[in-house]
Amino acid sequence: MSNLKKDSLFAGSVKDAAAGGLVALALFGMMIGMQADVATGLGGQLGINYRWGAVAIAVVIVFAGRLLLNLFVWKSDKPVTRTVGSLLPKASSFSGLGRFATPVFLVLAVVLPFLLTYFLGTRGSRQYLDLAILVTTYVMLGWGLNIVVGLAGLLDLGYVAFYAVGAYSYALLAQYFGFSFWVCLPLAGILAAFWGIILGFPVLRLRGDYLAIVTLAFGEIIRVVLLNWYDFTGGPDGLSNIPRPSFFGLDFERGEGNFADFFGLEYNSIHRIIFLYYVILAMALVTNLVTMRLRKLPIGRAWEALREDEIACRSLGINTTNTKLTAFALGAMFGGFAGSFFATRQGFISPESFTFMESAVILAIVVLGGLGSQIGVVIAAVVMIGGFEFFRGLEEYRMLVFGLLMVVIMVWRPRGLISVRTPSISLSGKAKGISADLVQEGHG
Amino acid sequence: MSNWDNNPVLAIEHLTMRFGGLVAVGDLSFNVGRGDITALIGPNGAGKTTVFNCATGFYKPTEGRIVMNRANGEHYLLERMPDFQISAKAKVARTFQNIRLFGGMTLLENLMVAQHNPLMLASNFTIGGVFGLSGFKSAERKAVDKARYWLDKTGLLDRADGPAADLPYGDQRRLEIARAMCSGPELLCLDEPAAGLNPKESAELNTLLNAIRDEHATSILLIEHDMSVVMEISDHVVVLDYGEKISDGTPEQVKNDPKVIAAYLGVPDDEVDDVEEEVGL
Repeated sequence: MSNLKKDSLFAGSVKDAAAGGLVALALFGMMIGMQADVATGLGGQLGINYRWGAVAIAVVIVFAGRLLLNLFVWKSDKPVTRTVGSLLPKASSFSGLGRFATPVFLVLAVVLPFLLTYFLGTRGSRQYLDLAILVTTYVMLGWGLNIVVGLAGLLDLGYVAFYAVGAYSYALLAQYFGFSFWVCLPLAGILAAFWGIILGFPVLRLRGDYLAIVTLAFGEIIRVVLLNWYDFTGGPDGLSNIPRPSFFGLDFERGEGNFADFFGLEYNSIHRIIFLYYVILAMALVTNLVTMRLRKLPIGRAWEALREDEIACRSLGINTTNTKLTAFALGAMFGGFAGSFFATRQGFISPESFTFMESAVILAIVVLGGLGSQIGVVIAAVVMIGGFEFFRGLEEYRMLVFGLLMVVIMVWRPRGLISVRTPSISLSGKAKGISADLVQEGHG
Repeated sequence: MSNWDNNPVLAIEHLTMRFGGLVAVGDLSFNVGRGDITALIGPNGAGKTTVFNCATGFYKPTEGRIVMNRANGEHYLLERMPDFQISAKAKVARTFQNIRLFGGMTLLENLMVAQHNPLMLASNFTIGGVFGLSGFKSAERKAVDKARYWLDKTGLLDRADGPAADLPYGDQRRLEIARAMCSGPELLCLDEPAAGLNPKESAELNTLLNAIRDEHATSILLIEHDMSVVMEISDHVVVLDYGEKISDGTPEQVKNDPKVIAAYLGVPDDEVDDVEEEVGL
């Protein structure tokens, strides 16, 4: 009896796999098998290359894959996925992760430049330090966007606009008025917050998809204005020679009266990189500190309540207009800070750096990390930005790997890596994290 | 003269609400007495929730006036105020027919959100709070105490740190009432507070509502289908049918009003007695 069942299982699987293979043949026969190409030998005429070998490989992959899936997962009594699933860490095991991971990450972040220069030397560590600066910038942007998307539940696809406003604020103020970085940093934040409010007003009544589209358009408007206002912003040429930040008035240059000379060190260009790293680290930590603090204040609770149920908020006397605007303004402000850092670090900015792709990456970091989770954003930024740069050697395949990784993570943990919400206040002092299944994602 | 005409906390005057061609509420006037429990009853679709939504600012009435008389002598015209100010300034709080809690937040957080406005003031609109000024700490402690009081009152204290969405239905209803009370209202509007409750829970609800009325100087306006709740605790009953008032008086008066019986039971007048006996009215 069991033998018979086994037989029919195998036969059924083969039949199913063969059907799959046939569909694959029909599809790939066109898609892979024929390639329209400008044939060089024929004087630029359009010709077709046939690649039947590649089609055969694709069909075999589909057939074998489907057969294996049939045998071991779909039709099997004991699916392999269940065994594998039990090996993966459970959602609950991640709730404690934040507590242990936070100090570890923090200490690692603080000592990182010294570790790198010690082990790799100043020359070898430079590219890794640059990468660390990039990752930290995205961590800060992720934390800023987390206020808008994670806490207030307002889907913002145009966050890069505020990053651009911050960067251009600094670059333009420095160019036209000669202001230094430390004067421009708060100004850039204030200007970005101001633009956050300007964006906030028209979208107050919008929710969900509509909100996302308008914020997306806003991001593009800012970029297109920067691109076309040639007299003021330099258009596609961008702005160059943006002044570098100084350490309490000490520049990172060769010569007397500068940083290296003042501290009696030998001049090395790595000093400035390390300094930039600490600047962005401090800025990111301030962002985090303020966000964590705001979460425990009435405004933070109002944001989260807004994400949970806007109508209930209004019935409790919360001015939802102001609450949404503060979320937009604060999120934008941190984006502006990060932007002015970006400008001073690069020394050159152009609208190229502020495309929709940037918004998408920042949003992906927030979603992948887990909406509203601060440590989740850090992990996601390290994985996404760090991983992406790390596998540069894989060239175009890294996009494929990257996409696959995203799909796997979202299947495995649909609400992000850290999907546990920590209560902002506790009566007994030992409130447990709240599972993401109960937490709303917000509707705009 | 009755308490509700002498000393109304809420006066609804010639309220009309039209949705396109549909008249949900037509020229409705009634008073809610200070310190009374007033029940608004009527068959499904009679316009009860529409009246609530008008009084709490979620709808702007087509015609009419809604006056809130606060204990300190201030008067507010609710139909002109934005919804959040009705709770913040006019001190009218409400619950919803389909419960609207902040499900992903703990019970305590739900009650803290309800005290948003005083806490916001105490935190100097967040600025003082971010820098940890002392005034906010004591205000927060007071707010937690208030929340603790209401959690205790509604029997939810042991679940204070759990998520609101995890509560059973009856507890969610009570939490919503506790949350509304945390905003310090003078008039509490409850939309079907006893819906879906078992008889024991319903009896507990009666005790809770009586306690709110007696100990907290809060008048209550409620929509209810459960006649055991309505007849037992209310001082004043207003009956709506097709958006118009068909009866207004004490539970005794309303119970014996032939119009009410006809609206509810839909029977000819000569059969009313039999049907009344059947349903135990």
